[in-house]
Parts: sequence; structure tokens; C-alpha cells
Amino acid sequence: MSTTAPSGSSRVELFDAVVRYLFLNLGVPALAVALFLAAWSGVASTVKVSFGALPGPSAVANEAGNLWQDHLAERQRESDFYKRQTERRAAFLAKSPQGEWKDRRYAGRPTYIDQIVTSLKTVFVGFLIASLVAVPLGVVCGLSRAFNTAINPFVQIFKPVSPLAWLPIVMILVSALYNPTEPLFEKAFISSAIVVALCSLWPTLINTALGVASIDQDFLNVARVLRLSWFDKIFKIVLPAALPLIFTGLRLSLSVGWMVLIAAEMLAQNPGLGKFVWDMFQNGSSQTLAQIMVAVFTIGGIGFLLDRIMFALQRAVTFGRTAH
Amino acid sequence: MSAYLDISQLAKIYPSPKGPAVIVQNFDLKVEQGEFITVIGHSGCGKSTVLMMVAGLSEISEGGIILAGKELDGPGPDRGVVFQSPSLLPWLSALDNVLLGVNQVFNSATKAERRAIAEYYLTVVGLGDALDKRPGELSQGMRQRVGIARAFALKPKMLLLDEPFGMLDSLTRYELQQVLVDLWRRNRITAMMVTHDVDEAIFLSDRIVCMTDGPAAEVGEIVEVNFPHPRDRAAIMEHPDYYRLRARLIEFLEIHAHRRSGHAVVPAAPADAADQPPQPELIAPAA
Repeated sequence: MSTTAPSGSSRVELFDAVVRYLFLNLGVPALAVALFLAAWSGVASTVKVSFGALPGPSAVANEAGNLWQDHLAERQRESDFYKRQTERRAAFLAKSPQGEWKDRRYAGRPTYIDQIVTSLKTVFVGFLIASLVAVPLGVVCGLSRAFNTAINPFVQIFKPVSPLAWLPIVMILVSALYNPTEPLFEKAFISSAIVVALCSLWPTLINTALGVASIDQDFLNVARVLRLSWFDKIFKIVLPAALPLIFTGLRLSLSVGWMVLIAAEMLAQNPGLGKFVWDMFQNGSSQTLAQIMVAVFTIGGIGFLLDRIMFALQRAVTFGRTAH
Repeated sequence: MSAYLDISQLAKIYPSPKGPAVIVQNFDLKVEQGEFITVIGHSGCGKSTVLMMVAGLSEISEGGIILAGKELDGPGPDRGVVFQSPSLLPWLSALDNVLLGVNQVFNSATKAERRAIAEYYLTVVGLGDALDKRPGELSQGMRQRVGIARAFALKPKMLLLDEPFGMLDSLTRYELQQVLVDLWRRNRITAMMVTHDVDEAIFLSDRIVCMTDGPAAEVGEIVEVNFPHPRDRAAIMEHPDYYRLRARLIEFLEIHAHRRSGHAVVPAAPADAADQPPQPELIAPAA
């Protein structure tokens, strides 16, 4: 009766709190997505474009399934090809052991999944180039006011430049300078990666410089009192102290890089997601819009994932640093 | 024989639009080896500036400083500095913070030896079971213990302390004064400390340098504190000379005694002290 009432009511309160929490954090977003999908499919059927109606959510989901099936089918064809090749080689060598056999590579077209992988590779190479340039440059900027002032005009002028403006210059330079007899990378890949680097290095550069310039004077005094060598000062004091801001910069750089990549690939014809979107646009088939929308969601989803990964890294390096 | 630390005609002058701004001038002080000197004075009088010039972290405008027969030029690990904020590197554990300096000074020792030195000093300051804790996991007082261990572990010629307990509550401050004085007695490192806590100055030092108010601050009075070591706080506080000393220092600070030079000695009645050395066991702790 009344004796059990307090614990009973607190259990009810706890239950209420849990329900409210779940509703806010899962229910509300789910509801928003459902509303969005409903509105989308409602509008989609009323909009007519040159090749049929605007695809709704189900058409896009269907197309995503098709792209996945295409990928599996292509992989099947590829493994069949190599199986046949192995059998043929065995047969050939059995017939004429002295004969010369040359293996051929499978020359199928890249699938949607291959294009995603290419895009990821390109963005990582570009991001790596950007980081390797921006972090050391940022450290020097943060340590030397004179150097910072010298480099500032370039940062201000080049930072807002669109990847579409860089790309022609980079492509021409790459064509002129990169002509190995057995190319390890394709020119389009290199051009796209360099453009990604050019556009994404600024946030890292600026944040690294800020992080290094705003190091606690006490830390630098510790370095001075201990007479740390230049190398030790950089690697034991300066870089660890600036790490949280460096990672803030890297996170921003990666998201800029991913955004820029699609445009760069479109123009450079690097076989990634950007080229996929462009090719689908050129096809103008009835599936074009649905396929491009699949690409839009893929690009958004990967961008989100990359950002979460960088956020986790940023948290990891900032962890437990409230006091000195 | 010249003094271990000899500060002569030290001055700090900043150029300013209205002509040179003199912060400290004519600062003369001789410190014997193993002595504990405290510099007191009002906030902003330039006492920290003097200490930082000895540390080599602030440039000397005029005059010179000789330590152990060598003129100082820039900072170095021969002078262990304890800053007001512990300035530990937050990404390193307590042990690694101490090791950073130990590795630099004892670079010919083996890794195990260096670790042993760092562990020893951390244990002595009472952090034997917090070696792997990061500064963020330690209280303010524990962080300053690490700061003290880091300075002592360098086996420096001199210890320089810049209001090391200024940010602590009074109970923690008492504990840390004890930690500091125990370590200092064991190692007998010549020490120079800046503080504005009169009781702290009396408890720790052999001589107290009172600085006049800035600008153009200089040494006002040098007061000797003759209580024998080891000192017991309760015993000292019961001693009649303690209040005479304290009153004198406070009077000095209150009347700002600008440019009143002189060398005064307040003896703790040596005959008396010999008769009845402060004995912790015999004197009941204050309430």
C-alpha cells in the first residue's frame, strides 16, 4: 500500500525518464526522416523531367540495390575470367611446354563500389599531402611571427580559390612533369589528389599555427630551463601541446577535401564518385537521377563517417587535458 | 671568499614611450651555499622579476649574477625552477614530467637509473602511488608536489621558487611547506623563494629580503631568522621572537618603507635557543 509507494513511484519516474530519453534521441530523428521520405515521395511523383518522373525514395533504394547487384555480377565475371585463363594456360602449357604464355588482366569496367574505393584512396592521398605540407608549415608559422607574416598573404589569397580553378593548372603541370614510362598512378588520380591537397591544407595550416602560437608560456619556459634541444622542444613540447588544435584543423581539412574531391574527379575524369555522377548525367537514361541520388547519399554518408572518425581521434588526443 | 650566489647592481629596465621604466634597481644580494633566502614585498614590486632574472628567463638589463663562480647567461638546468602554476605537461604522467628533466641532466645514466631518480623524488614528495597519473587527475597541491620533485630531481646548484604555494589553500600550503623544507634539509640546495606570505617566509628561510615598493624597487631590509633547523612550526610560533620578527616584517610592508636601506638582525636570542631548543614532542600542538 502506501509503504511501497515511494519506490514504486521512483521506478515509474525512472521508466518515464528512459522513455523520454529514447524518444528524444531515437524517436525524433526517426520521425524526421520518415516525414522527409514521405514529403519526398509525395513531391517526386508530381515533378516531371525529360526522362520520366523524379525518382522517389523507393526508386532510389531500388537503384542502390541494382548498383550492388551489378558490383557482385562484375566480380563474378572477373573471377570467371581468371578461372578460364588459368584453365587455358594449363591447357596451353600441356600442349606446348616451351611456348610462351602471357597472362592478361581483366579489363572490365569499374563498378560503383570500385569507384567509391578510388574516391577514398584519392581523398586520403590528397589529405596526406595536405597534412605533410600544412603541419610543418603551421609549426614554423606558429613559432616565428616573421614567417607567419610572410606567409599570411598567400593563405588569404589562395584559401578561397575553388578547386575548379586549380584543376586546369594542376592537370597541365602534371601532364608536363609526370611522364614515367610505367606510371604507378594515373594522371587523373594525381591531379585530383593534388587539387584536394591544395584546397584542404588551409584549415590545418591555420589551426596548427594558432595552436603553436598559443602554447602556454610556462611550457616553453620548462623547455628553456631544461635547455631542451630544438628537436626535443618541437617533439616533446610544441607538437603535443598543439595537438588538439592540429586535429581540429585536420578534421576540417578532411571534410573540405572530401567535398572538393567530387568536383575534382568530375573534371579530371578520375574514376571515382565524381566521375560516376558525371557519367550518369551524360547517359541521360531513365535511371540517371536515381543513380545520382544514390551517389549523393553515398557521398553524404561517407563524409559523415570520415568526420566521426576524425572527431573520435580529436577527442582521443584532447582527453584528460583540463589542467596543468 | 666570495658568496655562492652573488647578485650585484642588478636592474630591470623596460623602454617605454615616456623614457625608461625602471622596475628594479641596485639589487645587491650575497647568498651562502646551503642558505634559504626568501624575498618578500608587495605585489608588483618586482620580486618575481629578480627571481626570473636569476633563472635566466628574464633578461638582465644591468648588473650581473654570479653563481658558483660563474656568471649566469640564460636559463639552464643548474637552476631548478618551481613556478607558481605547476606548469606540468598535461599529456605526460607525473613520472614522465619529472623524467623529462632527469633525462636531460643525467643523460649518461642508464634508463633504469634515471627512472629510479624520478621515482625517488616523487616518492619523497608523497606521490609514490601516483607515478602514472596525469596532471589532470591530480589535485592542485599534488601537481605542485610534482613541480617540486621535478626541480629537486635535477640536482640543481640552486632552487628558485616563484610563489610556489600562492594558488593553494592554507592547509595544503602548510603540508607543502613541510615537504619543501624536508627536501631542502636533506639536499641542502641553496634556495631563493619569492612570496608575500610572512609566516611562510619566517618558517622556511634563514634570511628574509624585504623589497621596497616599485617602481625602482630595491632591497629595503634584510632580516635574519635564527631559529635552528629542523624547525617545528608549532614550536616556532610559540617562540617570543616569532612575533617580534613577524611584527617587524609586517611593519615594513605596511609603511612601504621606500628606499630605507639597512641590514638588520633579529636574533632569536641564541642563548635562549641553546637552552631550550624547540622540541616538538614537548610542546603541545596549537589547538
